[in-house]
Parts: sequence; structure tokens; C-alpha cells
Amino acid sequence: MSELLRINDLHVAFPTDDGLVRAVDGVSLTVSQGETVAIVGESGSGKTVTSLSVMGLHKKGTAEMSGSISVAHDGGFLDVISASEEEIRSMRGRSVAMIFQDPMSALHPYYKIGDQLAEAYVVHNPGKKKEAAARAVEMLDLVGISEPAQRAKEFPHQFSGGMRQRVMIAMALMNSPKMLIADEPTTALDVTVQAQILTLLASLQKEFNMGILLITHDLGVVAQVSDRVNVMYAGRIVEQGGVDDIFYNPMQPYTLGLLKSVPRISKSGSERLKAIPGQPPSLISLPAGCAFAPRCEYIKFADSNACATQMPALVGTKAGHTSRCHIDESKRQASFAEAMKEVR
Amino acid sequence: MLRFISRRMFFAILTILVVSAVVFAIFSFLPFDPASLTCGQRCTPQIIEGNRIKLGFDKPIYEQYWLFLSGIFAGRTYGSGSAAFSCPAPSFGYSFNENACVTDMIKESLPITINLAIGALIIWLAIGVGLGVLAAKFKNRWPDTSSSVFVLLGTSLPTFVTGLALLIWVSIKWKIIPMSLDGYVSVLDSPPRWFMYFILPWITLAIAYAALYTRFTRAAVLDTLGEDYIRTARAKGVKERTVLFKHTLRAVLAPIVTMAGLDFAGLIGGAIITETIFNLPGLGRLTLRSVFEFDLPVVLATTILAAVVVIVMNLIVDMLYAVLDPRVRI
Repeated sequence: MSELLRINDLHVAFPTDDGLVRAVDGVSLTVSQGETVAIVGESGSGKTVTSLSVMGLHKKGTAEMSGSISVAHDGGFLDVISASEEEIRSMRGRSVAMIFQDPMSALHPYYKIGDQLAEAYVVHNPGKKKEAAARAVEMLDLVGISEPAQRAKEFPHQFSGGMRQRVMIAMALMNSPKMLIADEPTTALDVTVQAQILTLLASLQKEFNMGILLITHDLGVVAQVSDRVNVMYAGRIVEQGGVDDIFYNPMQPYTLGLLKSVPRISKSGSERLKAIPGQPPSLISLPAGCAFAPRCEYIKFADSNACATQMPALVGTKAGHTSRCHIDESKRQASFAEAMKEVR
Repeated sequence: MLRFISRRMFFAILTILVVSAVVFAIFSFLPFDPASLTCGQRCTPQIIEGNRIKLGFDKPIYEQYWLFLSGIFAGRTYGSGSAAFSCPAPSFGYSFNENACVTDMIKESLPITINLAIGALIIWLAIGVGLGVLAAKFKNRWPDTSSSVFVLLGTSLPTFVTGLALLIWVSIKWKIIPMSLDGYVSVLDSPPRWFMYFILPWITLAIAYAALYTRFTRAAVLDTLGEDYIRTARAKGVKERTVLFKHTLRAVLAPIVTMAGLDFAGLIGGAIITETIFNLPGLGRLTLRSVFEFDLPVVLATTILAAVVVIVMNLIVDMLYAVLDPRVRI
């Protein structure tokens, strides 16, 4: 499997009047052909900023970026951070396409669906308007929109939410990109429609052999479609591993907290939802040590001094499963095992 | 669409009727005797009474209003015999002061005001939208700051200052554009003279409006640039220029057209100051003169005309909006 995206030690910061907001702090991850890699985390954890960085979509002059983002493009790799505006533009939509959270607002209200799709093709294939129009209809058909030729002539407001997300996916596929970034693709949709969209994405992934970077806060979505998972907290990846590792053998108290806070139908109705106490830290003044330490239930199993002063390194017990935590491995297994009984 | 237009037409006509009735009533209840206003220096009660009967002021108000309305469609004759004076349809009354049909007076002055308004509209749209887009694109850089200086000046300088300044410097001191002394020339007769005749009034009006439109366009463009669908366009690989001039401007167009339509209607009603400064015998000047001379039939007609223009422009703007914004269905 060839790699499509290699993010290495990415830092993204936004200077504001109140200080430097460190939105992404040393993120490294890869996405290969045919696999789905998820980034999970709560609002403000830096997952969307990471995805927008890959597309070079931060407003000019607002973001300070360092590290490297290599994107497979035209047979080689393009480093998005150092590339020119024009190089990035030729990559967008062609090598890497992106779909967004809210399909209601992500489509231009004044242009016909077919024209918006065709534009995605024409920007990279100048002059080929006829082919673009034909391909737009073809793609609408592919994502399961009935009477695609007719519907291509309609405007976004004539589509339902789920249909609009299908349109967005069709638009992303116009240039058969090798990679797709899906930023919360199902968050704004009904649960039944969510399932349809996820199934559609999975089948299209097989058909096009795409790599998908899935940004979400929904662990249910992650479990359903992803191969590998990155858990982000306060701009850092705190745990990284295969989907089974994350769900059955979490190594980081934050991941465990997320798993415990998933509502379960099997539980008796009187039981309250479990939440992680406290608030995420301000990204302007991050604690010197582990950013999760102030909220950590398991800090008693670790050297609390180390938690407060040293940022734990991202280290693993076995290949492909790493986490940031000061808790001693033997103590962790014992204490987490109890909690995991609840999760199952 | 057809149902919308016919319904709106019906209400437009109703509104115009109400407006005309109200305006008519206001002028009828003024504490003047309209008949005595028609009397010159050597005035006798006989002349006043004669004119009262001749002009129909002896009849009850509702009958006067009916005569006024029917005159619009059928024309009207004042007096009888050899002294009769008749105004053919559409007749908006008879101005005793000018000894002319009001319709003819409007026919003479309306083209001038329309020329003035259309020219000014084109200039202020070009400057306002252009500067607004530029200011938004280079937000907080020098094009933005200098355009905000223009906005400040344009909105705070009244037209009688900019108009007079232009007249004094451009026409009188520097003699770049000669003051027109020969009166209004149609564009069909002599385009260069027509242009010279209108250019300074156009600029005067356009400066004030261009400032408002610059501010409005800048805000609208900045707003739109933050929209999700603009991010989508960028994510597709659309060039920044296309993002601005196609995706963004398209979204900004509808509110600008709405505003321009209504401002245009307002100008037809009377660009009184500008017309006065540049001595343009347009509708605004006509209204002003009639007010000073108590030429009530003319004031009545111009007031109703202004209302009609506003109502009609509103209708046009609504229909244009439906064309520009596919979400609006009529």
C-alpha cells in the first residue's frame, strides 16, 4: 500500500490579540491507499485545523505552520507547507478532495448542482465543459441520486440534507482523487442518513481505492468505518492505533474517558451519562506537562509531578499502537481493565 | 410568476390610488383658496370666481378628485367656448401659473431627471462595487484604508458642497467643462454635448451614493468570503480570482441590485439639490419651483409620479430578486 499523506510534526498556531493559539502541536500521521484513518477528539482539539492544513485552506497570513505535510500528487509528493499557492491549487480537488460537515451551507445557493460539479472538473481540465457536464451526471448517479440528469439542473435548496452530502461526495469524486478528507461528514445528518452516507463512502473507497482521512467526534462512526484511529486532545495526538486497539485496549485515560462517555442503550434508564469532568485547557496557555492531567481520573497511578511538568512522549507497547501517558504499564492494565468491563 | 405579477400589479394600482387620494386630499385641505392663487396683480372677485368655475374648484372635493382621475384617461377641458383650454389624455391637470398642461411640463423635465439618474447610477455602481470589492480583497491594507477615506468623505460631504465645488473649480476656474448655457441636449442629437451637460451632475450624485455602495459591497463581500460554500470552491481548486469574481460577487449581486433599484426610484422623485446647483430643468427643479409658487396641480402631479416610480421600482426589484436568487420562488 502506498502512502498518500504523510504529516510529520505539524504545528499550526494562530496569533491573536490574546496570544498565540496553538491549535495543532506536533501531529504526525499517515494515510495510505485504501485505508480509512480517523482523527477523533472533542471540539477545539485541532482535528479540523489539521485537515484544513492538508488542503492549505487556512486564510492567508492567519496561520503559522511548521513541520511537513506531504501529499501524493502527480506521481511525487507535494509539501503543502512550502508549496506555492498555484501548486496547492492544482492539488486541491484533484489529488486530495474534501467534504465538509454541513452540506446545507457547503454548496453555493445560486448555482445549479450540475454546474457546481462540472466546475470541479473544469478547473483542472480547462475547456472540457461537455465532458465535465457528462461526468457530473455520472457521479451523481454513482452516489445514488436518482434521475441524475434531471437533478443536475436543480439548485441545492431543492435537495434534502442527506442528498446534499451525496452531492458533495459526488463533487469530491469528479477528478477521481486518490485521497478524500471527510470533515465530520455525518454530523449534521439524521442517524439513518448517517448510516447511508457511511456505507456509500465505504463502497466508493473500495471502488476508487481511496485513502480517507475521517475527522469526527463520533466514536460510533469511527468504529464503523476506520482502520486506524488518532485520538487528539488539545492539539496533540494522545493515542494512535488500530481501531481494535483503541476500542478494546485503550492506553490513555482520555481515550478511556471517551469510550466511557458513549451512551449505551443496554444500561438501565436511571443511570446518568458519564462525562469527563472539567474543561479542555485553553490553547493559548497549555499546561507544561500532560494537557489532560488536570482532568485525569487515573493520575493517582502515575507520578503526578511528572504529569504536571513533563509532556509524555508518544510511545507504544506494540507496533502501531502508541499513546502519551505517564502511568506505568502494569498499573494501567489493572486499573483500565475494571473500567473496560463497564464499556463492554 | 404570472400570478405573482398580476397580484402585485393589482396592489400597485391600489396603492397608487390611495396615494393619489391622500395627496389630493392634503392639497384640498390646505388653508389657501386655490382659485385666488390663480389671480394676478389686478385681481377682482369676478376673476377669482370665474377661474374657480373654469378650473372646477367650485365643485365638491370628491368630484374634483374624480375629474382629476378621469382626466388622466380621457383628457380634460377647462372653461368653455373660445376661452377653453384643453389638456389631452393623460392629463394631470392644468398649471395656471405657467398656462400649460402639467403633463407637458412633466414630459419636458422627466427625461432630464432620467438621464441624470441613469448616468449617476452607472457611475456609482461602477465605483462603489469596484472599490468595495477591492477594499474587501485587500482588507486592512492600503486599498482598504484609502477607500475608507473616500467612504468617509462621500458620506459626510453633502451634495451641495461637492456639487458647488465641482462647479466652481472644474467649470468656472479651470474651465475644463464649460457651463452649459444652451440647455438640455438629447444623447441622440449630440452625444458629446449631452455628456458635457450631464457629467458634473452625474459625478456629484454618484460620489454620495458610491460611498454608501463601497461600504455595503465591502461588508457583503467579506461576509460572503467567510461562507462555507466559498471554502468548498477553494477546496475544489478554483482560482482565487474566480472565487472572488464569480462565486462571491454572484452572491453579493442580489442585495446590491435591490438597493440600487430603490435608490434609483428615489432619485427620479427628485434630485432637487443637484438639479438646482447645475440648473438642470428636471423633475426636482419643477417640484421645487411649483412648491414656491404654490402651483398646486404641478406639486400634486410630481408627488404622485414620485410615488408611482417607487412602487413600480419595488415591483421590478422583487421580480429581479426572483431571477437572481433561485431560492426565491414567486
